[in-house]
Amino acid sequence: MRLDLRGPDQLRIPTIVAGLAVLGAGVALTALAAGGPLGVLAWFPILAGLVVAARGTGADRAFRWTAIAAAGIVLLVLGVIALVMIDRASPVLGKMGLAFFTSSRWSAPDAVYGALPFIWGTLYTAAIAVVLSVPISLGVALFITQVAPRWLKKPMVYLIDLLAVVPSVVFGLWGVLVLSHHFGLGRSFLTAGIILGIMITPIITSLAREVIETTPASDKEAALALGCTRWEMITATVLPHSKGGLVGAVMLGLGRAMGETIAAALVIGSALGQITLDPFAPGNSMPAVIANEWGEADDMHKSALIALAVTLFVITIAVNLIATTIVQRSMRRSRGA
Amino acid sequence: MLADAPLEPGALRRQASWRATKSAIMTSLMIAAVIVVAVPLIAVVWSVISRGAGVAASSFPDFFTREIPVVSRRAGPGMGPAILGTLLVTAGATVIAVPLGVLGAVYLHEYGAASRFARIVRFMATVMTGVPSIVMGLFVYLTWTMTFGYSAFGGALALACLMLPVVIGSTEQMLRLVPTTLREAAYALGSTKSRTILTVVLPAALPGIVSGALLAIARAAGETAPLLFAVGAATRYNPDLLHDANTALSVQIFGNATSSFAAAQDRAWGAALTLMIVAFLITFAARVFTARFALKR
Repeated sequence: MRLDLRGPDQLRIPTIVAGLAVLGAGVALTALAAGGPLGVLAWFPILAGLVVAARGTGADRAFRWTAIAAAGIVLLVLGVIALVMIDRASPVLGKMGLAFFTSSRWSAPDAVYGALPFIWGTLYTAAIAVVLSVPISLGVALFITQVAPRWLKKPMVYLIDLLAVVPSVVFGLWGVLVLSHHFGLGRSFLTAGIILGIMITPIITSLAREVIETTPASDKEAALALGCTRWEMITATVLPHSKGGLVGAVMLGLGRAMGETIAAALVIGSALGQITLDPFAPGNSMPAVIANEWGEADDMHKSALIALAVTLFVITIAVNLIATTIVQRSMRRSRGA
Repeated sequence: MLADAPLEPGALRRQASWRATKSAIMTSLMIAAVIVVAVPLIAVVWSVISRGAGVAASSFPDFFTREIPVVSRRAGPGMGPAILGTLLVTAGATVIAVPLGVLGAVYLHEYGAASRFARIVRFMATVMTGVPSIVMGLFVYLTWTMTFGYSAFGGALALACLMLPVVIGSTEQMLRLVPTTLREAAYALGSTKSRTILTVVLPAALPGIVSGALLAIARAAGETAPLLFAVGAATRYNPDLLHDANTALSVQIFGNATSSFAAAQDRAWGAALTLMIVAFLITFAARVFTARFALKR
């Protein structure tokens, strides 16, 4: 490598920081000119870094604080989301109280908002999606890791990833204009469940594949040496080994299915107040209601929709956190073993 | 179990053959699962290509350049403004989210490591990846759009919020792959920490970072829910990032999908084809980056 004879901090870092600052200031000014304080928010870390740089002992500290501020943005955004959403949801929650979660009457003209049918719809469609997707995802993950010859592995992984690239609105379009006209599906819980199931399959598959691949080769070889068939080897070593991670993968898929808006909004049927186990009945789910009703909502109605969003937010985050914890714990354990 | 059973001739072999059969059955079920996965993918891609290509080709290149008909039942081309809108919104989100995400990941891996603040941020970034996209849309509506009105910038903000934790996660993973010896070599040459990061660590991890960011961009380009609230529904070209309603391909697909008019449905298929091409191209670029310049894992 060519020796750089300039001093460690004489040129480049200040140049880069200054460049970023000018860029940030430019964006901030444009946003300010448009009359918005939020544009500044995006480039807050750069400005914060500069402020500290002016007072601190040079570029090294400035860069460190810039990075810290950038990481802090995550906390800032999440905090603001929680505050703003809860603040806007409070009118309807104050008016309806717990009935918001337990009543099944949702009527904007009467200003009565009971979200139970939509909570049901979200949980029910997500459950259908998971039930359909899990055996298939697991089968594909096992095929890729245990059965497929080496040359087939990469194309298979690509195929699954392709499924993840298709935008959800395209799945929704296909669901409403093609799938719902076949098999007597119509727009229903089941149609939404199928579409969501297709959408979460790549997530569950790729996570399951990663978890399964951590099974030590020695375990598998031991099972085979004892005379196990391939399936016996899988049930004796692979599945017990990756049980925790697989549960986590399924729960991440569940979280994704519950939060998915657009595909569900297109195919679920937008029926009010249906709490039924009949999969062919049209229904509604929380994100679908928000997307479909927002346009013509008055203030109280909007507040109710925001309260729905808060509910959805809390449920999906709880599911996601549990899932992530399980996956990480099982990955760490299997790596340690 | 075997010891108690009286061993007739052939019992063991029969049992062995049942075990082999069972294994074969399970293996074929796995193969069946692969076929079941391929079916919807092929069906969707086929529908989009067969219906979308017809629409786009019958009025080529007008479909990609003309403005969107105001009356949706009128047949005829036009998705130009939506293409421009998607590009504007996605580019805006990239400019906001990628630098922030990379810087955040640099903090997490190079400075924070296992400190309490770093752990909290890492945890919250995981939480943020789980926030449903429609919640991000509402958030941006409440904090931005209600004050400043519809604009592509609002959509960019919403998508940036979705991209940020993803970019942080993928970048941190890439930084983890950079060998510690590289950093130590830079320190030994007298380089400061920030200089080491900017001139040694980040360049080494760059291909991975770029590929992770591209995947996040591809996902963001297809997002619909956040844009419904922030971008509005224009039918004409609006190159202004900061002012006035805009539109996007995904929003157009959503709006036209439930229309009962064949012309509107046609436009939805055409828009879907365009959006899929955009998403596939970005993903393909990410693959090329990974394959060409990847660090050894």
